[in-house]
Amino acid sequence: MERLLEVKDLEVSFRTYAGEIKAVRGVSFHVDRGETVAIVGESGCGKTVTVQTIMRLIPMPPGFIKNGSIIFDGKDIAKLSEKEMEHVRGSEMSMVFQDPMTSLNPTMRVGAQIAESLIKHQKMPPKQARERAIEMLKLVGIPNAEKRVDQYPHEFSGGMRQRAMIAIALACSPKLLIADEPTTALDVTIQAQILDLMRDLQKKLNTSIIIITHNLGVVANLAERVLVMYAGKIIERGSLDEIFYNPRHPYTWGLLMSVPTSELDKSKRLASIDGTPPDLFAPPVGCAFAARCEYAMKICYERYPEDFTVGDGHRVACWLMHPMAPEVKPPVGKGVTLS
Amino acid sequence: MTVAGIPLIEVNNLKKYFNVGRGAVLKAVDNVSLHIMEGETLGLVGESGCGKTTMGRTIIRLYEPTSGQVLFEGKNVHKLDGQQLREFNRKAQMIFQDPYASLNPRMTVGDIIGEGIDIHGIYKNKERTDRIYELLGVVGLNKEHANRFPHEFSGGQRQRIGIARALAVEPKFIVCDEPISALDVSIQAQVINLLMELQQKLKLTYLFIAHDLSMVKYVSDRIAVMYLGVVVELATSEDLHNRPLHPYTQALLSAIPVPDPETERKKKRILLEGDVPSPINPPEGCRFAKRCRYAKPVCTEQQPEFKEVEKNHFVACHLY
Ligand SMILES: Nc1ncnc2c1ncn2[C@@H]1O[C@H](COP(=O)(O)OP(=O)(O)OP(=O)(O)O)[C@@H](O)[C@H]1O
Ligand SMILES: Nc1ncnc2c1ncn2[C@@H]1O[C@H](COP(=O)(O)OP(=O)(O)O)[C@@H](O)[C@H]1O
Ligand code: SF4
Ligand code: SF4
Ligand SMILES: [Mg+2]
Ligand SMILES: [Mg+2]
Repeated sequence: MERLLEVKDLEVSFRTYAGEIKAVRGVSFHVDRGETVAIVGESGCGKTVTVQTIMRLIPMPPGFIKNGSIIFDGKDIAKLSEKEMEHVRGSEMSMVFQDPMTSLNPTMRVGAQIAESLIKHQKMPPKQARERAIEMLKLVGIPNAEKRVDQYPHEFSGGMRQRAMIAIALACSPKLLIADEPTTALDVTIQAQILDLMRDLQKKLNTSIIIITHNLGVVANLAERVLVMYAGKIIERGSLDEIFYNPRHPYTWGLLMSVPTSELDKSKRLASIDGTPPDLFAPPVGCAFAARCEYAMKICYERYPEDFTVGDGHRVACWLMHPMAPEVKPPVGKGVTLS
Repeated sequence: MTVAGIPLIEVNNLKKYFNVGRGAVLKAVDNVSLHIMEGETLGLVGESGCGKTTMGRTIIRLYEPTSGQVLFEGKNVHKLDGQQLREFNRKAQMIFQDPYASLNPRMTVGDIIGEGIDIHGIYKNKERTDRIYELLGVVGLNKEHANRFPHEFSGGQRQRIGIARALAVEPKFIVCDEPISALDVSIQAQVINLLMELQQKLKLTYLFIAHDLSMVKYVSDRIAVMYLGVVVELATSEDLHNRPLHPYTQALLSAIPVPDPETERKKKRILLEGDVPSPINPPEGCRFAKRCRYAKPVCTEQQPEFKEVEKNHFVACHLY
């Protein structure tokens, strides 16, 4: 498969009164054409900052890129002028946010918002852009598209707004769609429609997708590859099945075990990850998860575990993978029943 | 299972309508009857705006009903006064969805928890302080936290403070309104474990409102499914998941993505067309008819009766 995006050693920080927040601390990954990659991890671990840096949407200052490179479709994102970047954002990569109301323009008709980037970046004549806007609304399953195209966002329901956002994001047939918690605010039946829609569009247009979500069900439904982030780093990565059926990092175990499975009944407790993530002002030198990890060893506090490769594309940043480390049986995964 | 036993709460033909201007009536809860057993967790699920919170609020008397009644320990909740009303206000508590908005930012955690103790005059002075420390311990915080303010805490910790506040007055019944939906997955598990533990220890009865059905299944003994102000199905947690009868419940269950790639690949989803219709002037007949793939002429003419079609399994649908 062909590379679309290559992120290398990315470090992003924010300067605040209290000091430097190291939000992203050396992240490398790639996305191929037509591929769906999920990023999971708890709130504040750096998911949004990572993708916003790719889109160059980080407010600078206070934000700044300390290190690393982002190559998108052969272009070095850092070297583009703001004007060139605007073009990339309008036509080659686009983003769907968690809350459609904050990113749709409330004073502008929905159709005009879809047509805007077509007129600006693809120099499409306004009349044709309007036709295309109607087409896009139909594509994302909005009934009465001819009428809806002239309505304002507040006249749409939550689910329709989210679909309108996707219509805007996809109008220019971007090569990369970044969806940050696209369904968190939606009801399950609408969520199912949106997930179906994204999968459909991807098949039709060969779009690559990065999806950020807390919801492991959504990951299992949509993703082909998963990146697990913790305190600004990717601590485990692999194919969807490797991550769910053969997870190797204690944090990934914790995440997978904290959702109830259908066999689990009330007499058994859910697993939970006690404690809180480390302070990103002064992240630990060793493994950032050590303070919450029941398997932590002396070395975990002293040195960061570089990635160990445990399978095809499956990499884990954990000292338990070291050949000298004691054998630990994963408490979750294929053939493991929770108790 | 606690399906046998005595009901703590009986809801009979409960209606709660809101006047929304220009003669329009919003039927948030429309003729709901159910009961909640002592020590039981009744789960309440449905899409946003279907009336879950309104039902919870009406049950604990934060709203007057439009008609119908709620009985708590056999007495009509909305007719209580004097000492009996004070008792009820103590015994029935609520935990809110948003741990950020529901705590007064200007009060210390100790005073937030102590407020109910003061109102009901349960403890004074040293006893009061001891009780606050004890409650902080119960929810996994410690006494140093008593002098701090809510903004110093994380979402999960704030939800614990909300739980401690509800427990302070020694309630019997708690409406948990989406108590975990604002929290991270790993923290959700902590709060749920705490709620389950407390239920065991203190013999609490819960009405557990949520839209995450896998979590509702885990915590609930029985589950009620709501659609546009109406309870369309009510069954034990197991039955509802293994044999959902109402077409809406079937669609709802199939729509939930489960954290298992193989199941997701195999799953046949029932995709519902369109959005949830407005509860303002809702359709005659079955409220789900517009989105239902089994709808027949009678469905748009006559509202299906809510009836027991199998033992302890109630459904409102003309197919049964
Ligand atoms: N503009 C900013 N100024 C200062 N700090 C910031 C800024 N934006 C993000 N951060 C910090 O960077 C870290 C990572 O934030 P990010 O928004 O990427 O988390 P996330 O994984 O997306 O979490 P969530 O799931 O809550 O959205 C956090 O500690 C956050 O507080
Ligand atoms: N005080 C109120 N005035 C008018 N409408 C209300 C009021 N409270 C709730 N509603 C409406 O009642 C319906 C049910 O609301 P609610 O019970 O909060 O839904 P849920 O909790 O299931 O999301 C919604 O359409 C809501 O907008
Ligand atoms: S490196 Fe050590 S502390 Fe970190 S997850 Fe692995 S065992 Fe736990
Ligand atoms: S009553 Fe009719 S429309 Fe309603 S759910 Fe049953 S079959 Fe469908
Ligand atoms: Mg985020
Ligand atoms: Mg609600």
